[in-house]
Amino acid sequence: MNTVVDLLTSASEWQDIAPLLSVRELNKFYAPGKGCGDINFDLYPGEVLGIVGESGSGKSTLLSCLSARLTPDSGNVIYNSEQFGEMDLYACEESMRRVLMRSEWGIVHQHARDGLRMNVSAGANIGERLMAVGERHYGDIRAKAEEWLTAVEIDTGRIDDRPSQFSGGMQQRLQIARNLVTHPKLVFMDEPTGGLDVSVQAKLLDLLRNLVSRLGLSVIIVTHDLAVARLLAHRLMVMRRGEVVETGLTDQVLDDPQHPYTQLLVSSILQN
Amino acid sequence: MTANQLMIDVSGVEKAFTLHNQGGASFGVLDNASLQVQAGECVVLHGQSGAGKSTFLKALYANYSVDGGEIRLRDGEQMVEITSALPRRIIALRRQALGYVSQFLRVIPRVSTLEVVMQPLLDLGVDAALCEAKAKHLLQRLNVPERLWSLAPGTFSGGEQQRVNIARGFIVDYPILLLDEPTASLDAANRKVVVELIREAKDRGAAIVGIFHDEDVREAVADRLVDIKAI
Repeated sequence: MNTVVDLLTSASEWQDIAPLLSVRELNKFYAPGKGCGDINFDLYPGEVLGIVGESGSGKSTLLSCLSARLTPDSGNVIYNSEQFGEMDLYACEESMRRVLMRSEWGIVHQHARDGLRMNVSAGANIGERLMAVGERHYGDIRAKAEEWLTAVEIDTGRIDDRPSQFSGGMQQRLQIARNLVTHPKLVFMDEPTGGLDVSVQAKLLDLLRNLVSRLGLSVIIVTHDLAVARLLAHRLMVMRRGEVVETGLTDQVLDDPQHPYTQLLVSSILQN
Repeated sequence: MTANQLMIDVSGVEKAFTLHNQGGASFGVLDNASLQVQAGECVVLHGQSGAGKSTFLKALYANYSVDGGEIRLRDGEQMVEITSALPRRIIALRRQALGYVSQFLRVIPRVSTLEVVMQPLLDLGVDAALCEAKAKHLLQRLNVPERLWSLAPGTFSGGEQQRVNIARGFIVDYPILLLDEPTASLDAANRKVVVELIREAKDRGAAIVGIFHDEDVREAVADRLVDIKAI
């Protein structure tokens, strides 16, 4: 049985679970209206939160602040760590943040080359994360790398090839394998299907959907594609000009949008 | 579930739609709507097209928000007030206690018919072999040809997709079932199967709220007919 099910089926105990990530009064502005402000939310274990909105609405800035890559102007991001307990991301030491990034967290970038090392083999890209958390046995590392290549539908015969020899879709799947091999608790994704053609997108989405539910991952995913959000996210945050204008259950936000901007966003999708 | 146990308790629900991008036009749909449904009971909503039947059903599934009132649904020992519940509470409720079958199947690319049907039961942690057996049994009863089971339903005919959707909706023995015209474009033989499935669900104690345009289905399953304008 996977973790999500364990966490969600106990009707009487569900409210006792502590949030994995708590964000309070977070602000980060480059210029008035540019950045994100007044952000408050809790993310619970096994939850997939989608952040949607048009380009320039502050989605990626927010994701960077949440994943300890961009210091906010003010506010707190509290993470409930397996190793360190409850910690304030921007009040703790840099070294702790680095440990989180290579163990309990995964970050999937829009451009796979930002998340991969392009000049080492696919196997080494996966193995590197394992070595960073203390795995030393070469045979075990290679076996795990093969296992994860299979999980993301890459032929294990390509294990010694470099990512630069892979297609865009394969690179993206390799990036996902590299992130998930250490069984992170929280994964940040920035437009993971952006820039891929539609058939490759469908394959990647199906793969992500399965992995997320099988591993019981908590995910914060930024996307401007509402179909991606509907397929992957349990709940949504709609952003516009740096502010959250609407939040709620994914299908409720998309099927019964309340804010004028969300209504515009939803009604702008081409139907087929 | 025991007989006469209150499963659905709706009181004073208000719902209006405001179209901000079309001149802010606003129209009220539900006005002080209230309804109680007990275990083992099937309530059929009727009323003119546009009267708010579907809106009411979607509000019961928390797919639509409401502007006022309360909706309490039973989840085991608890009654969950869904208009104020957190998203994760609603997801948990839907997973184990609340089923919804519409006339449209939302297909996921690449996922086979069998997997589409099995998924809700798998998500409850039920053994995969058991899920598969139950899915196959339902697809068989609903006359979905076996050669289609391994294919993604995206390319199926409307009626076939609808039957896949019904199989998916009935694979978990949900204590509460919401049915939004599940028989809309089915032939008489398949309508009969759906009627049997609904009766079996009632017999095991499910509380059902449905919308059916076919009079024969309505006659066959309804314990109570309720005019949406009168609730």
